[in-house]
Amino acid sequence: MKPSAFTYHAPKTLDEALDLMATLDNARVLAGGQSLMPMMNYRVVQPGHLIDLGRIPELAFVVDTPEGLKVGAMTTQRSIERSALVRERCPLLIDALFHVGHQQTRNRGTIGGSICHLDPAAELPVTACALDAVMTVASKNGRRKIPFADFAAGYLTSSLGPNEILIAIDFGPYLGSRPERAGSAFEEYAVRPADFAIVSVAAVIAMNEDDVISDARVAAGGIAAVPIRLTGVEELLKRQRPGADLIERVAATAAALPAEGDDANPAEYRQELAGHLTQRALRKAIQRVRA
Amino acid sequence: MSTHEISVTVNGKAYQRTVDSRLHLADFLRQDLGLTGTHIGCEHGVCGACTVLVDDATARSCLMLAVQAGGRRVDTIESVALPDGTLHPIQAALSRHHGLQCGYCTPGVVMTLLELQRECGNDPVGEAEVRRALSGNLCRCTGYQGMVDAALAVLPKASSR
Repeated sequence: MKPSAFTYHAPKTLDEALDLMATLDNARVLAGGQSLMPMMNYRVVQPGHLIDLGRIPELAFVVDTPEGLKVGAMTTQRSIERSALVRERCPLLIDALFHVGHQQTRNRGTIGGSICHLDPAAELPVTACALDAVMTVASKNGRRKIPFADFAAGYLTSSLGPNEILIAIDFGPYLGSRPERAGSAFEEYAVRPADFAIVSVAAVIAMNEDDVISDARVAAGGIAAVPIRLTGVEELLKRQRPGADLIERVAATAAALPAEGDDANPAEYRQELAGHLTQRALRKAIQRVRA
Repeated sequence: MSTHEISVTVNGKAYQRTVDSRLHLADFLRQDLGLTGTHIGCEHGVCGACTVLVDDATARSCLMLAVQAGGRRVDTIESVALPDGTLHPIQAALSRHHGLQCGYCTPGVVMTLLELQRECGNDPVGEAEVRRALSGNLCRCTGYQGMVDAALAVLPKASSR
């Protein structure tokens, strides 16, 4: 239960970190360490070099931009959950963080670390999926932007290149030009609160003056290797007036989606949870639009 | 493998040590500094027994490298009671309310409750908040009720009216 030997690096700037990434073999980036450190203690991961981003202040920030909320990859989950700006501009993140780990892990765990680790049960990737978040990644050769759908390549696998580091996440405008008419909710089921979720659902709903749904985004975690958008559900919601029958119909669609299961939580169980949680998240999101 | 010179303040005392890169903070506290009050349970960030305060925020010391503590302030269970042995109110309440039996998880529990107490200030704390705070500390003896009772006895209460 001790990590194997490695060389530790603590760059003070992003450029220094990118130089290290470009020159070192078998290097891993250490963010908050709440997923990588357990894997290193188990020796599932045995890096030759560990590049700790924890001493690079420029990677930890929360800012409001004309395009929406932007969060630095090394911002801790705890500081995001306490940010008044996030609460105002992207309350879905706050709702999701309520379910993330424990305070001891949120104090150190970062948003970028969680999104790069891509645990299929993790809440922050589901949130990024629902909001069409865009990742800014950097290497010595420059920067590029990757939409979440392309960033999440597979089980525990991002599309980061070998020398690239995630530096910031854009969560985008809060649905169009009328944020005051949008509402969101995050619902999940775990055996114990704060445990890993079996299935989680994030929903964002925007409605026009006539109470008709103008935009809907619904994402689910725990039914595939990566978080997925429930596009069929979204299409059923758009241009409709929300009512009990619509939400039940939509939930039935969610429950009919193909799911990947395991011995503890087989596919049928996950499908059933997806249906219930979709219903719950939509009800709450719609209620919040009207509030 | 690399070794690093670190300066770290533990329980108010400044230490300078040379540490291996792979040494985690819990082992550093226990083996290098002899502060064995911090317990190691699972060593992969699940049980919370090794919880310490780093710059006033709880952290699992098995998921942090000693080298990462360089330049930071670490507080462990050894700093909580007064030097003459008088227990901190949280410790006294845990004792009074049967919030511990074997005591293995207790150092972590105390550090968690200290953070909760500091963060709530004078704001009332309810049972749900206490249980949520304690969700990161596993205890196989008590069933948690004694810990919850102890915390509620010490933390500010909602005025009853």
